[in-house]
Amino acid sequence: MVLLNAHSRRNVEVHSFSWMVSVLVPLAALGLQAYLPLHFWRFGIVDLPLIITVYFAVARRNPIAGTLTGAIIGIAQDALTARPIGINGISKAIIGYLTASIGVRIDVENHGTRLILNFGAAMLNSAITLLIVHHMLAMEAPWSWVHELIRSVVNALLAVVLFSLLDRAKRED
Amino acid sequence: MESFFSRYKNVLVLIVVLLAQVVGLAVQIRHPVPGAPETGENRLIRYWVVSLISPPEHWVHATGSGLRGLWSNYAYLRGVRRQNRDLKAEVQRLRIEQAGLLEDARQGQRLQQMLSFKEHYISATQPAQVIGTSGSDVSHVLYLDKGSRDGLKPDMPVITPDGIVGKLKEVLPHTSQLLVISDQTSGAGVVLETSRIRGVLRGNLLGQPEIVNIARDDRIKVGERILTSGGDGVYPRGLPVGVVERTIPDPEHDGYVAVVVRTAANLAQLEEVLVITRVSDQMPALEQQDINRSAIEVGPQKHAADILSERLPGLKDPNAAAPAVGAAPETTGGDPGRPPKPGVSLHPDRFSPSAARPANSSIPLAAAPPVTPVARTGGAVARKPAAVHAGATAGAASSDPSKTMPARSGATTGVTQPQTVSGARGQAVKASPALVGTTPGTTAPRKPRVVSPDGSILEPVQPKLQPKPAQPKPQPQTAAPAAPPPGGRL
Repeated sequence: MVLLNAHSRRNVEVHSFSWMVSVLVPLAALGLQAYLPLHFWRFGIVDLPLIITVYFAVARRNPIAGTLTGAIIGIAQDALTARPIGINGISKAIIGYLTASIGVRIDVENHGTRLILNFGAAMLNSAITLLIVHHMLAMEAPWSWVHELIRSVVNALLAVVLFSLLDRAKRED
Repeated sequence: MESFFSRYKNVLVLIVVLLAQVVGLAVQIRHPVPGAPETGENRLIRYWVVSLISPPEHWVHATGSGLRGLWSNYAYLRGVRRQNRDLKAEVQRLRIEQAGLLEDARQGQRLQQMLSFKEHYISATQPAQVIGTSGSDVSHVLYLDKGSRDGLKPDMPVITPDGIVGKLKEVLPHTSQLLVISDQTSGAGVVLETSRIRGVLRGNLLGQPEIVNIARDDRIKVGERILTSGGDGVYPRGLPVGVVERTIPDPEHDGYVAVVVRTAANLAQLEEVLVITRVSDQMPALEQQDINRSAIEVGPQKHAADILSERLPGLKDPNAAAPAVGAAPETTGGDPGRPPKPGVSLHPDRFSPSAARPANSSIPLAAAPPVTPVARTGGAVARKPAAVHAGATAGAASSDPSKTMPARSGATTGVTQPQTVSGARGQAVKASPALVGTTPGTTAPRKPRVVSPDGSILEPVQPKLQPKPAQPKPQPQTAAPAAPPPGGRL
């Protein structure tokens, strides 16, 4: 992990995306997340919207954009479930904010940093979701450390691959 | 102030976004009926998101189905003929089974009608394809390719031929949201088939359906079938749900258990489901036709009471000897009012019932006498001319008057003239007409009884009659009193 100093922070690359990419990529992630478990039920362990949230947040390096992107994607994800809308919206808004803030300070262009960042984001997402569901909404929520660790590892590995693919769609400002 | 906002604008935006969502969550949680269809902004959000997501899913699913159909319709036809033959055999077998259960079903329907119980039949269903999921492993929701424009409405039950799947929650014009019974927010009224224990089925944390809040009961056995009870107002009564997989103690309620259910429908591999769009208390015409067709093809079935009497222990002695050939049948053809028909004798003689000639043939040169009105006197019956009538119906078919059995004839017809029977100690007594015989209207044969003047009850003499090889010509002769033959008894 490479910490950025004041000089390098000024030279840090800030990327932007076309509106089509900004709209279609999250929609595709939501669609695949909804469709693939129908035929591969183990795909439910993957959280594609979370990976997309992290990617846009660290690529834009803007906490406000990261917050809004995470909130919108999370709300859309909640809308597909039978649960109250806002559970994923809150967790992904926080994650978007944090990862964008981290992206300003550390170099997230290498695979190792991306792996660790996504692993942490997946664990944090599970923790925030548990907090909201169990403590705020007083609903029963499953929690297994093993399962959450496996989920985080799987998402982190997949994120490294997807980040490499999505890098081709970004344009440098 | 301006610098404060510009300096902390990122955090402030985050706080505002989080606050708005927390308020939104609070509003949703205080919804009066959990699990009920939503209204307002939430439904609008779901509507827009599903409207954006479902068209690509429709397209992808249609493409996949088209490719699979191409394969199955053109390239995988080898086993179709054999499959068709197997299916026909299965249809025939099911039809026979259906006809066998028909009587029981009708009996049940009659009993339900007596109890004014409204049976609910599935009268219309809408097939639908599953095109998507919620994308979350904690929310068991599926999306169907049919919506309100296909006649679907919220809370309609969804089934497969194997068992129930869930119910519709949100219905959009072209898509509907199916809440599977394995979801935590679902609920269905169920009953265990054998022990008749009722409960509420819902999903647990691991996504397995379970019946909650059931008192510990030893009658609950692994493998017992579970059916819908119909008490929830959503699922019709009697639909298969699954079987008992195991029971686990309820950690929150001491003395209670949760019954984990293995669903009859494969919830992990759902492709096509049936939405029950209409339920009525009348049996669908198609189903009725099918049942009638089965009943006609298979033939008359046993009544449930007959089947029950066969299954229950009867009064027949298994060690008893088999009835002789030609013995009188035990039953009277199901009509208790009719007398039993006499059996066929092994060695028929002229006294055998089947050998009795017509009554008019026993009276020489006389046609059948006209039937005279019956006069009732003090409860007794009088009829005349008795001699003719008596001889007409009884074994008096014999032309030999000495062999005429007056008591027997009186037993069946009624006698007006005093008849001589052998009394006790050998003296002859006269039988009172009022005491001899039976009422003509009485159909069941009775043993004749004669009361002697001293009050003792006499039985008619049963003379030993030897069959004659040839029937002698009838000769008019004065009827002599019947002498007690050797061996005759009172």
